[in-house]
Amino acid sequence: MTTVETAIGQAKTMVLNMGPQHPSTHGVLRILLELDGETVVKADPDCGYLHTGIEKSCEDKTYSQAITLTDRIDYLNPLGNNLVYCLAVEKLLGLEIPKRAQYVRVMLTELQRISSHLVWLGTHAIDLGAMSVFLYCFREREEILKIFELFAGQRMMTSYFRIGGLALEPPAGWRQAVDKFLKMMPSRVDEYETLLTKNRIWMGRTQGIGFISAEDAVALSMTGPTLRAAGLNYDNRKLYPYSSYDEFEFNVPVRTDSDCFGRYMIRVAEMRESLKIVKQACDKIPNEGPVRTNAPGIVPPDREKMKTEMEALIYHFKIFTEGFSPAPGEAFVAVESPRGELGCFVASDGSPKPLRVHFRAPSYINLQALPKLIEGQLISDVIACIGTIDIVLGEVDR
Amino acid sequence: MTENASQKAAVVVEQLRAWNAAAVAEVIEFRGDTTIVVPRELLRPLAERARSDGDLQFNLLSDATCLDRFPTEPRFEMNYQLVSIPHQRRITLRVRLSGSDPTVDSLFPVWPGANWLEREVFDLFGIRFNGHPDLRRILLPTDFEGHPLRRDFPVEGHRDTPSASFGIRKNL
Repeated sequence: MTTVETAIGQAKTMVLNMGPQHPSTHGVLRILLELDGETVVKADPDCGYLHTGIEKSCEDKTYSQAITLTDRIDYLNPLGNNLVYCLAVEKLLGLEIPKRAQYVRVMLTELQRISSHLVWLGTHAIDLGAMSVFLYCFREREEILKIFELFAGQRMMTSYFRIGGLALEPPAGWRQAVDKFLKMMPSRVDEYETLLTKNRIWMGRTQGIGFISAEDAVALSMTGPTLRAAGLNYDNRKLYPYSSYDEFEFNVPVRTDSDCFGRYMIRVAEMRESLKIVKQACDKIPNEGPVRTNAPGIVPPDREKMKTEMEALIYHFKIFTEGFSPAPGEAFVAVESPRGELGCFVASDGSPKPLRVHFRAPSYINLQALPKLIEGQLISDVIACIGTIDIVLGEVDR
Repeated sequence: MTENASQKAAVVVEQLRAWNAAAVAEVIEFRGDTTIVVPRELLRPLAERARSDGDLQFNLLSDATCLDRFPTEPRFEMNYQLVSIPHQRRITLRVRLSGSDPTVDSLFPVWPGANWLEREVFDLFGIRFNGHPDLRRILLPTDFEGHPLRRDFPVEGHRDTPSASFGIRKNL
């Protein structure tokens, strides 16, 4: 506690413990707030309540087994986590992925981005008192989850991307399902904007709140919509294209206002851009073709082959008991997750289990800028600022 | 794309060599990525140069993580992923640290974003960062014993220590 000067003389600041169960922290986050009246003097986020040691557990699994753990890091972006892990292992192995699988990966991760932004928009709006937006967002998110269920058999923890391609052939009728969603969604995004963008209360709660300069944002290693709202055009999909993103046409929304409102506008614009990418991917994906690369001993053989070819059966048995051993080396891959730069560092020592798997979690790194956003602001704006950096505590704590 | 990335990295290596040849101890190329191995004493000067030099401008510290090669020595490897947004370049810096003295200069004065990255490495690997303003545990409870991401720490934890069960003793 420190002493501060007020209008009626000297006073002591108060330390307020916010969380770890506060409903607006989007998970289990605790923040120690030092307050002068209602103004935040100092803030100290305390995380780790959801730490489950995923990186350590990965070291005890084979490369293929670890995929199921990656789903659980950022539970709003499981396909993105599958993708970055698979890309890192594929880089370690030097595997090329068939185009058909790459386009399916792009389409599904972009759908995932929309669904993640929908959850963000709904919960951010509910934090600021707009109840109905939450219900509309979750209505549309449900449609996306139905598409995931169609592809992977799972709504959330999909594990659909595997090393070397996809787990399964895209299901019958997926085109109709995605088309139906693409027809419906653009008008729904307009609907959210009608409810919020020019809403006086929404503007009052977000405009000019949680400002961070471009210099501070980049110095604090922030990435994603937060950095783009500060005026820096940094998007891994454009700058370091992976999974054939260079074949898609889309814009990267950039703004300069760098407040909660700007970040909201960026995410809404990103949803529209993602819809464009999904549309293009849908047109690009051929009906026929392999969805897994041909790499004996690494990628499991087709089910049919196992019944007729002895080698296929042997490889299948070896992959699922012993695993495969990449050559020693380290690979780092970064992709653009809904929250920012999601990186995966995989190191191999030549054994069937990874020597080290590390995730560069954008939520974790963006969260360290929270004190910068809220110091000097009112306590009610803390809620808006936590929402605006879009943290997922599962990813923060891993 | 890969060709391009390694060419871009080669320019960086040349510029850093021209600045101080001793700072670039080794250059590793693997799958199109370039890693510069830096002597421990020269990490911070090199990082400062990489961030502030007009031709380099590595303004974003994307990631910092550790790798434990136990039981070989030097067992620890710190890997720093640097990004230059203006020049669209990526490079990895690597520092090798021995098990007996796992200490390295903090990069917090160069990139304030190193703060939580280094706290995480301190928490999980027990690497000490000189000049870090707030080196506390971040993910694990403050009374946790040991550094679980070290290779000699069992995956299932030390079952008989109090910290394995978070303060609740097993045979009470």
